[in-house]
Amino acid sequence: MSEAAHAAMARRNPLARLWNDKESRQVIIQIISFVLIFAFFFMMVRNAVINLEAIGKDISLKFLWQPSSYDINQSLIEYSSRSSHFRAMIVGILNTLLVAVFGIALATILGFLLGISRLSKNWIINKMAYVYIEYVRNVPVLLHILLVHGMIINLLPLPRASLTIGDGAFLNNRGFFVPKPDFEPLFLAVAALFLGGVAFAFWFRKYARMVQDQSGKHYPVFWICLAAVAGVPLLAYFVLGAPITWEIPELQGFNYKGGMVLRPEFIALWLALSIYTAAFIGEIVRAGISAVDWGQNEAASALGITRGRTLHLVVIPQALRIIVPPLTSQYLNLTKNSSLAIAIGYMDIVATIGGISLNQTGREMECMALVLALYLVFSLLISAFMNWYNRRIKLVER
Amino acid sequence: MKFRNTAAAAAALIFGATTAAHAATLDDVKRKGEVACVVSTSLAGFAAPDASGRYTGFDVDFCRAVAAAVLGDPNKVKFVPATTKNRFTVLNSGEGDILFRNTTETMSRDADLKLSFLPVNYYDGQGFLIRKSAGIKSATELGGASVCIQTGTTTELNLADFMRTNGIKYDPVPVETNEEALTNYEGGRCDVYTTDASGIAATRTGLDNPSAHVILPEIISKEPLAGAVRHGDDQWADIGKWVVNALINAEELGITQRNVKSKARKSGDNPKVNRLLGTEGGMGAMVGLDDKWAVRAISAVGNYGEIFERHIGKKTPLGLERGLNALWKDGGILYAAPIR
Ligand SMILES: N[C@@H](CCC(=O)N[C@@H](CS)C(=O)NCC(=O)O)C(=O)O
Repeated sequence: MSEAAHAAMARRNPLARLWNDKESRQVIIQIISFVLIFAFFFMMVRNAVINLEAIGKDISLKFLWQPSSYDINQSLIEYSSRSSHFRAMIVGILNTLLVAVFGIALATILGFLLGISRLSKNWIINKMAYVYIEYVRNVPVLLHILLVHGMIINLLPLPRASLTIGDGAFLNNRGFFVPKPDFEPLFLAVAALFLGGVAFAFWFRKYARMVQDQSGKHYPVFWICLAAVAGVPLLAYFVLGAPITWEIPELQGFNYKGGMVLRPEFIALWLALSIYTAAFIGEIVRAGISAVDWGQNEAASALGITRGRTLHLVVIPQALRIIVPPLTSQYLNLTKNSSLAIAIGYMDIVATIGGISLNQTGREMECMALVLALYLVFSLLISAFMNWYNRRIKLVER
Repeated sequence: MKFRNTAAAAAALIFGATTAAHAATLDDVKRKGEVACVVSTSLAGFAAPDASGRYTGFDVDFCRAVAAAVLGDPNKVKFVPATTKNRFTVLNSGEGDILFRNTTETMSRDADLKLSFLPVNYYDGQGFLIRKSAGIKSATELGGASVCIQTGTTTELNLADFMRTNGIKYDPVPVETNEEALTNYEGGRCDVYTTDASGIAATRTGLDNPSAHVILPEIISKEPLAGAVRHGDDQWADIGKWVVNALINAEELGITQRNVKSKARKSGDNPKVNRLLGTEGGMGAMVGLDDKWAVRAISAVGNYGEIFERHIGKKTPLGLERGLNALWKDGGILYAAPIR
């Protein structure tokens, strides 16, 4: 149809006119999509309710307050088989968070080391990082988890032949047993000094920057802060006669008792997720640093800024702006991948409320909805935090 | 992963045609030309693929008996292997028509999970398997032990109760399948494996050196294992129920895989036999089948005793005694309702 014919038709038909107008067309498409999506969800819910009704089931969350009747092997809060399904879910949430936080921390450290190694001029370091990244990225994360778990179970000794590490830590295929700190009252003083140190460090950073802006005088901020946060409390700790007693694990019957334990399932999941995600983070870091124009380095050294301070003040702040967005999605991946815990029986959200509770109560709809909602909330929280951080490190135009 | 299975079955509840649950399962099965039977992923003697990949076992034969009764062919079964965790979702979502999967009948599974249980086909109880070298004589000495348990079972609930009432602290190691339990137990991740005593006998056959392990004396629960169907289709539940009863009654009446055809040829002087074998009474029609339903089931797999001895009895690697599962007149508690 020619332009003229189009225009003629539009004049005659008001609907066609609406459709031909770019803005109103967009509105129409949005309305139609919305109605379709809504209808789709409505149908799904209706279908589920009807199917459940056919076998006489309703949808209700009352089961959450019944006793769970099962034991959980790793719990950060008080829990027993008499606790409710709701509490079992909280235990699962905390276990998921625990492995996610530990995983993100380790993956970030490993990832930055890898990224920097990939840029190293040392051929061996560079190639080792390259091989690591290529191998790890191309093996599914589930295999990493099963592999690490299998190695812990089969290669580490049984409790009676545990490896002793230092004075009170033991490693066997039931876990890593470490002494548990028992804090004496005097320890409060050390804790207070530490908090004071942290507050001082914050203030001092600002102060040092102000002095530098005004007079150009430069303090060794890092070392002073380190002394305040770690040095002083550590000194106080020893001066006060080490006010922590340690409960040392002891071999008793089947296994070690007392102390704290990192269970094999936690260790396997934590290491596997970190090893895997670190490979991706390594590539992101490498790309981020390479993306900063080499001229910036030259400019900095022309100004007489040392290599270390160039990295710290010129390269990293700019690289971070490139690194943070993809880093966020790696953090999200790690958190979601932690749901593979089920493969080795780590008691996370999926294994508790989405696993045993679901199965014992037969509330699949309710439990699945809860699990989905929880992962959604985690993802949104991580995104929100990283967005906030990203805004903070944006270039401030002066 | 198994989790995905559960998710998929849950999705079936969402997307599955709304009519499926209402339809008569019998018509469905006839239309499909096969019975979808939910069984264990792999449990020696009960349900496991043999060397040629054909499912065999005690539970499997009950599936085949139902297929023979309904479709006239014991091979018209589609086996749907399910873990302890997803078995009920698989059944309720319509992926399976009937379930024979080492499953304990309990009140909540019946009334809350909405399963109609068929008559018990194996009376069991929960036991413990442990290495001889551990030097343990009783389950009450298990303090501090790592215990492998399959999740989504009555096992994990019984264990929690037992340990609690006896004030024993232990480390539960949840696993998804019997195979995973075996790997963990052999690798030394757990000191003890606990499950139904029959399951322990089956698991033991897979150990490298079965005599290095002992079964502790305690049986800590009642596990009446039974087949099941979804709530809401009484006719289909009746078919399952009476096929199981027929196999048990056949043993009681001395009807075997070998003699069933000749006994069914014409009516004899025992009306009980006649009704079971369809030479009188028109029993089959009451559940929507023909008169030869039980004849087909028995000639396919034999009577209850024959099934038992073939897969799990004294002459098999499992070596289980009839015990509670002997007929009531032989000192057991197997007591099938009469066909009349
Ligand atoms: N009877 C219990 C326990 C069932 C169970 O754990 N069965 C195990 C061993 S007896 C099994 O079927 N394993 C085979 C598999 O994992 O597929 C129940 O119904 O909850």
